[in-house]
Amino acid sequence: MNATTQTPRRFQQGLQRLLQSRVAGVLSYPHGVDRYLEVLNPLWSTTEVRARVEKIEHLTADSVTVTLQPNTNWQGFIPGQFVQLTVSIDGKRHTRCYSPANSLHRTDGRIELTAKAHANGFVSRYLREQLQEGEVVTLSPAGGEFALPEQRPERVLLISGGSGITPVMSMLRTLCDEGYDGEITFLHYANRAEDMIYADELADIATRHNNVTLLRAFGDGESGGELSGLFCSEHLCSSVPDFAQATTFLCGPPPMMAAVEKVWEEEGLSDRLHKEQFTLATPQLDTSDEAGGEVRFARSETLVANNGSNLLEQAEAAGLTPESGCRMGICYSCTCKKTAGKVRDLRTGEISSGDEEDIQLCVSVPVGTVALDI
Amino acid sequence: MSIYHTLTPEQFDAIGQELDAIRNREIADLGEKDEKYIRTLIKRQRQLEVAGRGLLMAGFLPPAWLAGVACLSASKILDNMEIGHNVMHGQYDWMGDKNINSRNFDWDNTCTNTAWKHTHNFEHHTFTNVLDKDHDIGYGILRMSDDQEWEPRFVLNPILAVILSTFFQHFVAVQSLKLEDYLIYKTKTKEELKAEFKPTWKKMRKQLFKDYLLFPALAGPFFPFVFAGNVTANLARNLWSSQVIFNGHFPEEVEQFPESVLEDESRGHWYVRQMLGSANFEGGRLMHIMSGNLSFQIEHHLFPDIPAHRYARISPEVKAICEKYGLPYNTGSFMKQSVSVWKRIFKMSLPGKGGGKGKGLMAKVIPLKAESGSASRQAA
Repeated sequence: MNATTQTPRRFQQGLQRLLQSRVAGVLSYPHGVDRYLEVLNPLWSTTEVRARVEKIEHLTADSVTVTLQPNTNWQGFIPGQFVQLTVSIDGKRHTRCYSPANSLHRTDGRIELTAKAHANGFVSRYLREQLQEGEVVTLSPAGGEFALPEQRPERVLLISGGSGITPVMSMLRTLCDEGYDGEITFLHYANRAEDMIYADELADIATRHNNVTLLRAFGDGESGGELSGLFCSEHLCSSVPDFAQATTFLCGPPPMMAAVEKVWEEEGLSDRLHKEQFTLATPQLDTSDEAGGEVRFARSETLVANNGSNLLEQAEAAGLTPESGCRMGICYSCTCKKTAGKVRDLRTGEISSGDEEDIQLCVSVPVGTVALDI
Repeated sequence: MSIYHTLTPEQFDAIGQELDAIRNREIADLGEKDEKYIRTLIKRQRQLEVAGRGLLMAGFLPPAWLAGVACLSASKILDNMEIGHNVMHGQYDWMGDKNINSRNFDWDNTCTNTAWKHTHNFEHHTFTNVLDKDHDIGYGILRMSDDQEWEPRFVLNPILAVILSTFFQHFVAVQSLKLEDYLIYKTKTKEELKAEFKPTWKKMRKQLFKDYLLFPALAGPFFPFVFAGNVTANLARNLWSSQVIFNGHFPEEVEQFPESVLEDESRGHWYVRQMLGSANFEGGRLMHIMSGNLSFQIEHHLFPDIPAHRYARISPEVKAICEKYGLPYNTGSFMKQSVSVWKRIFKMSLPGKGGGKGKGLMAKVIPLKAESGSASRQAA
């Protein structure tokens, strides 16, 4: 690195240290330095990863690809890992997990996220229809066990379905950028050829890299793929006969993942299969019966059967002593984080989303199983 | 006799339903405009604060000092009232932003978030104007009600009120300690007091250090100018916020209630008590923002967790409901309400009934419930 880029970087590091110092903390008390920095520039923060939306593309009819320029708090990722993206939709913050699809070796330091906008995908639809270039979003540091090992495997099989393509796309791009010379098979399932994200780039990679085999499987009756129909062991036997020797990375919709997992289990190869469930970050909870299910108090490791009364009473009946006050929803003393499940607001009768959000225990009745961070 | 006793149970229910309908409608309408409002306001407050503290560094120049004090006073008032008070009420919790949230928000004030939510959100808003339950009736220092037993110390009522207003942030900070229980009623031990004071002192120390030592020290030889500027800004905020709060509950016609009203209180009764126990004052948009929209104290007490900038729009509907059921809707100019408050403060310094208006409820109920009413102080 030359001197001209060294100086601003050193200046930036010095500034960062100064802003994180105790004196800066006392001067900005009680709000903290970040609350003043963001007034100057919404990207600026001493701790949070925030990113500016640089580019929005639509590679297929129902998908959106967002390129983000993160601030200096971004510590990078391992191909396969995910980040939590937080966006504000009609005033309310929503967080979803997405796996960056870009190569680890991308030189401009940008992050590429691709989402498929499902009919009931609230956030993905927002990303596709409303997000604007230039907006600032919040990211978590990258996380997740699903990641390309630092010691690159000798033989790699990447299996994906739908928008589950993103983490394995990152793996493929990274390996190609590194000049990886082992065999890579990229097996992807999509309903139709025109729904396949990254179709052109994958075809291009397969032509340029002799060690990359691209296998596309589209729905029955669709043309253009090397295979057709849903995943089955015949696909493997015919097209990837050495799959047992490969380290396999799998990401796709739950039924497809289950089918793949079954084959690996039967072959006794489960330890060679790495998988990422991308459709739901939180467990699917049974919400069919309002008074049924259970209430999980995660932090106190307590579990009780949902008796249908408000969560404050249920917590107290379970021997917990959450902070509380008015017991009628006005003082917000009992506000706590719900990590999963739905609740009904006793005042409005409205049923919440199943997302992670803050709720008031005294006016919330669980609808089925609910998990709380108390 | 107070209207509280002439309304029928059906009327209470109807009032409850009408107000609930307004509440549900507003909650359903929460969205981007509320987010934009609070974020813009926070931005303005931070800008004013930085400008104010910057100008005070050049405080040896009189115009810079005056402008600095004006900016910093406005910043502290906005931070405490329209931002802090309202955010800590949970008005913006639905946004899911951890920094604009009743659990995490902290203000430029010596009172801690936790202590404030207990004395204000819980005690004051749940038991509004209920004697011995709502500590805001006199803050344990003043006599603000006929039915608060007179003690010789209350001769100093007006002087104590001036002291309370001058050091308002500190009195609010220690309000949860119920100092009078230690100093006067001897129902609290020194050890209990010390333990309770610990978290408050931690916050107070930081605030005092920042305003009275660190920022002045940054100005080097101009230390006294910054120090004096910060003292003035804190004083301006204290005097303004205390008067706004007094005007919300202590104009003479505002009613107070005995503890007995809390027994099996319905939603409708609670709403009516909030309306009878609060008073508004009139003014322009700036007046409303600088008072944290507590100029709409009635609407605030009905809907404490609805973003306060909505109160102005809701107020004609609330007024119409009051008219429909013959309930008073207490409002007037800032000056009129302030004068009324100070009249009450002076009257209450003398023993006996102050002879103020609107005390029908206490006068009627207390004799009937003499046992529970007069025994409560000793029991506390």
